[in-house]
Amino acid sequence: MIINSRFFNRSELTGFVVLAAVLFVILPLSLDVFRLNLVAKYLTYAFVALGLVLCWGYGGILSLGQGVFFGLGGYCMAMFLKLEASSVENTKIQSTPGIPDFMDWNQITSLPLFWQPFHSLTFTILAIILVPGLFALIIGTAMFKRRVGGTYFAIITQAVAAILTILIVGQQGYTGGINGMTDLRTLKGWDIRPDHAKVILYFVEVVLLFACIGIAQFIRLTKLGRILVAMREQEDRVRFSGYSVANFKIFAFCMAAVFAAIGGAMFALNVGFMSPSFVGIVPSIEMVIYTAVGGRMSIFGAIWGAILVNFAKTSLSESFPQLWLFGLGALFIAVVLAFPNGLSGLWADYVQPRIDRLFASRKAKADWNGNSVADGAPAE
Amino acid sequence: MSDEANKGLLSPLRRKLLMGMAAVPAITMLPRASFAQAPATSAVNTTGLAVTDTEVTVGILHSATGTMAISETGSIEAEKLAIEQINAAGGVLGRKIKFIQEDGASDWPTFAEKAKKLLVNDKVAAIMGCWTSASRKAVLPVVEQYNGMLYYPTFYEGLEQSKNVIYTGQEATQQILAGLNWIAKEKGAKTFFFIGSDYIWPRTSNKIARKHVENVLKGKVVGEEYYPLGNTQFNSVINKIKLTKPDVIFTDVVGGSNVAFYKQLKAAGIDLSKQPLLTISVTEDEIDGIGGENIAGAYACMKYFQSLDNPNNKAFVPAFKKMWGEKTVIGDVTQAAYLGPWLWKLTVEKAGSFDVDKIAAASPGVEFKGAPEGYVRIHENHHLWSKTRVGRAKLDGQFELIYETADLVEPDPFPKGYQ
Repeated sequence: MIINSRFFNRSELTGFVVLAAVLFVILPLSLDVFRLNLVAKYLTYAFVALGLVLCWGYGGILSLGQGVFFGLGGYCMAMFLKLEASSVENTKIQSTPGIPDFMDWNQITSLPLFWQPFHSLTFTILAIILVPGLFALIIGTAMFKRRVGGTYFAIITQAVAAILTILIVGQQGYTGGINGMTDLRTLKGWDIRPDHAKVILYFVEVVLLFACIGIAQFIRLTKLGRILVAMREQEDRVRFSGYSVANFKIFAFCMAAVFAAIGGAMFALNVGFMSPSFVGIVPSIEMVIYTAVGGRMSIFGAIWGAILVNFAKTSLSESFPQLWLFGLGALFIAVVLAFPNGLSGLWADYVQPRIDRLFASRKAKADWNGNSVADGAPAE
Repeated sequence: MSDEANKGLLSPLRRKLLMGMAAVPAITMLPRASFAQAPATSAVNTTGLAVTDTEVTVGILHSATGTMAISETGSIEAEKLAIEQINAAGGVLGRKIKFIQEDGASDWPTFAEKAKKLLVNDKVAAIMGCWTSASRKAVLPVVEQYNGMLYYPTFYEGLEQSKNVIYTGQEATQQILAGLNWIAKEKGAKTFFFIGSDYIWPRTSNKIARKHVENVLKGKVVGEEYYPLGNTQFNSVINKIKLTKPDVIFTDVVGGSNVAFYKQLKAAGIDLSKQPLLTISVTEDEIDGIGGENIAGAYACMKYFQSLDNPNNKAFVPAFKKMWGEKTVIGDVTQAAYLGPWLWKLTVEKAGSFDVDKIAAASPGVEFKGAPEGYVRIHENHHLWSKTRVGRAKLDGQFELIYETADLVEPDPFPKGYQ
């Protein structure tokens, strides 16, 4: 494996330091718990964006169904939390105490078999990773082995998102239907609702996010990452060179799915809620939009995209309840038209050169290690 | 008697005493003499709500955007009208109501987020809001956790009761049973065909309706079909209706699907003036989209119609139209939303406090005589006692009142024998 001599080049290092400073220090010190909890919610989408950078930005596989994996991860977590919240004493008013309330409303009188293992936290954590991972493996194998790619793949992922939504909504006795799973309360007896719990969950999430950034960066820098980029640029050449293109694509797709699922699970924990409205076509497309706004070629750009777009969503909707959707639409159009590489493209074009010049003037010896290459440019 | 009282007042000692007693509140009120009638803020607000000496803040939380905006706009308008009228009449405990409006954007977690913002950041004294069951289910844990007060306007499936919620719409048994009894008696109906949208409210409502048809009316349900929200293809179910020829079609299809459903019924040659159809989900708002000519003749069962002939409604409808335009229509939920701010005001005045715990405790028994639907009273279970009415849709999109229950119907969110 060939790994660059440094894990981050300079522009990435700046990105890393800025993000770490903002998430670990600035935001927790400057925001009240309510706003911090909102940031935690935005960050759950950052996991999805991170996955999309790997699979779309580097691998060139556009998935319009990331909501599926976000949802699967979220539902696994929510099922565990819901079971814990549905103890016999919490649910005495039901006709069958001890099962989740929505099952009782739908005349289900005993806990379905596939819910049983979710009494165990270990199983739940494994399921959060494995269920979406395996699902992505199946879809990926079925598609990529048959050389289905590009637009067709995007359409199929959309269809999967639509199917899963219909399934969840239709099977409301088992899934909570359109209402979703609400009123999640404790994790192993630890109340996830009070303020101090929200702060702890926030930091857990940020640490997890940086772990995922580390993994993504590692993948990028290995030969694997280079093959992904090569595949995006010239798929046939890679295939003629003897690589199994399908396997690499499946791998990238599975990684993106697992990242999205971790985001979903953190969402259920932070928001105390999971519903099919995060699974369907619209949220899946929104996820692609965050990534595009932030810059699909850049890990840090995409994360900022997820945070800023969602922040804009909240603040615009607070200030202009009737008009905010137009504002948001205008923002997207402006960003995509004016800066096709997203915010990270802006950074690379305007901000980074200045920082470099600053460093170059201080340091006589210029650093050759890629500081002149735009952040995330394919050929670095 | 009165002479003696006068004498007593005139006695010098008493007069001094009385003057001294009067001076105590007078001194505390001195700095804000203009609100002399308002009790001190520290007395009526012990939990840090957004109450000042002159103002009290409440939240309005509905979808102003997204698919539900078309339904929820009426509720927003009704709540703003009620707040304006209350302010014009002197406010609540001498304080003007100020409102903060948030957009739930037809997205249930956004509802939860905004509810939390209203309670935690804005410290609103009450929230008027939510529409769909899904949005209420998302907001419920939040209002319970932060001890808020929610006034929820929509008719809904029941199976819920919370200290922190006042349900100003009807729960399922209240709305459905009287209508089924009426149509069974009036039309001699024995066979029923149920069609609903696929989520908790239609499913629970139909379950209650089925138990009632089978156990009480001794009739038969010949079909029960559900369609996803937003579905627009009803041809197969219309064919089944033609095959089974039910005495009554009972529907709880919601939202935009209604437009397709009634147009396709008409196109298939089912004449609603001959084929009885009872809906619990179509109000004047929905007819606006469906078109009066497509639904004329159908029966709707709920608690309010814009055409109700009573003095309260005769004042309410013009006031609403004056504020929001001549073309607006007022449906059942819009009227129920109008009740929210009024019931809250009356409860606050009964409790003599804005504190949520005191309001929750004081709510049972609060009555609102100025309700456009007539008269309502809050039950111990935080739902409303209200009459149930059946109306027949006319070509102009209004309902003609056909039947109303003689007495108020008791709300029963956990009906025995219907679960």
